[in-house]
Amino acid sequence: MSTNGQSNENGTQKGTWAVKKGLAQMLKGGVIMDVVNAEQAKIAEDAGAVAVMALERVPADIRAHGGVARMSDPEKIIEIMESVTIPVMAKARIGHFVEAQILEALGADYIDESEVLTPADESYHINKHDFTVPFVCGCRNLGEALRRIGEGAAMIRTKGEAGTGDVVEAVRHARTVLGEIRRLQNMPREELMTYAKEIGAPYHLVLEVAETGELPVVNFAAGGIATPADAALMMQIGVDGVFVGSGIFKSGDPAKRAKAIVEATTHYNDPAILAEVSKGLGEAMVGINVSAMPEEDRIAGRGW
Amino acid sequence: MKVGVLALQGDFREHIRMLRRLGVTAVEVRQAEQLADLDGLIIPGGESTTIGKLATQFGLMEPLRRFGAERPIWGTCAGMIFLARDIGRDQPLLGLMDISVNRNAFGRQVDSFEAALEVSGLEDQPFKAIFIRAPLVTEVDEPAGVEILARLEDGGIVAVRQGHLLATAFHTELTGDDRLHHMFIEMIQKHQPTAAAS
Repeated sequence: MSTNGQSNENGTQKGTWAVKKGLAQMLKGGVIMDVVNAEQAKIAEDAGAVAVMALERVPADIRAHGGVARMSDPEKIIEIMESVTIPVMAKARIGHFVEAQILEALGADYIDESEVLTPADESYHINKHDFTVPFVCGCRNLGEALRRIGEGAAMIRTKGEAGTGDVVEAVRHARTVLGEIRRLQNMPREELMTYAKEIGAPYHLVLEVAETGELPVVNFAAGGIATPADAALMMQIGVDGVFVGSGIFKSGDPAKRAKAIVEATTHYNDPAILAEVSKGLGEAMVGINVSAMPEEDRIAGRGW
Repeated sequence: MKVGVLALQGDFREHIRMLRRLGVTAVEVRQAEQLADLDGLIIPGGESTTIGKLATQFGLMEPLRRFGAERPIWGTCAGMIFLARDIGRDQPLLGLMDISVNRNAFGRQVDSFEAALEVSGLEDQPFKAIFIRAPLVTEVDEPAGVEILARLEDGGIVAVRQGHLLATAFHTELTGDDRLHHMFIEMIQKHQPTAAAS
């Protein structure tokens, strides 16, 4: 495993913080799509995805089939990396730093330490500063986002409720994070330490967000986005881009829907274009209404 | 002076922030008609395949080519790829600059790096250049007027200029260093001296 910020003989430096969070900055305004094989990865790239997320089963299937969800077979990840030129991300279980080491060795461009997989550690996340490859992590609120960034995450995504096709939790989590940032900006300095304690966030990151009014890293929305309108909704609420999981390959016409979601993410503020791209996409994924879902079926609560 | 930043996808906000800090009016460009009153354009970093597909889909390819035939454009990373004549694979390109470019020339993200770079015309101190899954210029047509502005230690070409067109393989918008933005603004001023007053 490589160390953080390694120096090379020719004066260049790999794995620095700027390089890690910089890739996420290049993905902004784009759509990252879940794929399980090379064929789906190709469809995603042709539709204009900025990256693909390689996983064994999309979240809707993880829900349907149950069992332990783990990192994908390396063979599948390599097959996907060989089939496209865009970045390939892959998921490791929460706390499973060996899965992360394997993904780094394979050459994955980003690792998602993801609640969608079955957690490997119920107390601790991966120390992401140890790696050259950057990490993205999920969050439901500002405290969780800043804890993950404190551990070294170079990109954040709000969790939503993966595999449901119901955007309500994605909206809740994005509004929570962005609302907390707005409130934090208005707090006098003497309140910030207590606030950091209350939300369980590193104090220096609370100070930074209070000053800049934004997270120190790029923030995408995820979990339940199934239509071009859903993607544009999240963009208008104020995220930097979107992850679409089951919403594409569990729909009637994945290629067409994928392209429409890409176009809606770019033109999120233009209702005429949104109307045009939303036409005739065939069936959306069959959703699960999150409010009718038993508490134990929810996965957004995974993460500490 | 009014400079547009192509905002189909990528880190366009970082460029806009940089331009505004230098006192330039900067706007996001997503549609062809928004090019009309611009003095120059930046094509940001992002995914070149995504930017190319969206530009094709929304009828921006020809308007961008016409814009670049007359007015200054600067492409960073994905923008450099988009400006190139040839990249050895099939994806939409503007083909405005007589250069060949190799995408992802350094490998995957774990090979992305920072380097201190000497840039011609900005010799006072080296640039902290950030290369993210970056491209490399593999061929330049010098008789056509392409000049090389920066090379890596191993000789790899990472910044070029051809008349009023500028391309860099690295990201200066991710650092606090605004010298290249300044250089581009000067290129615009020299290209259209009348626009400098606004």
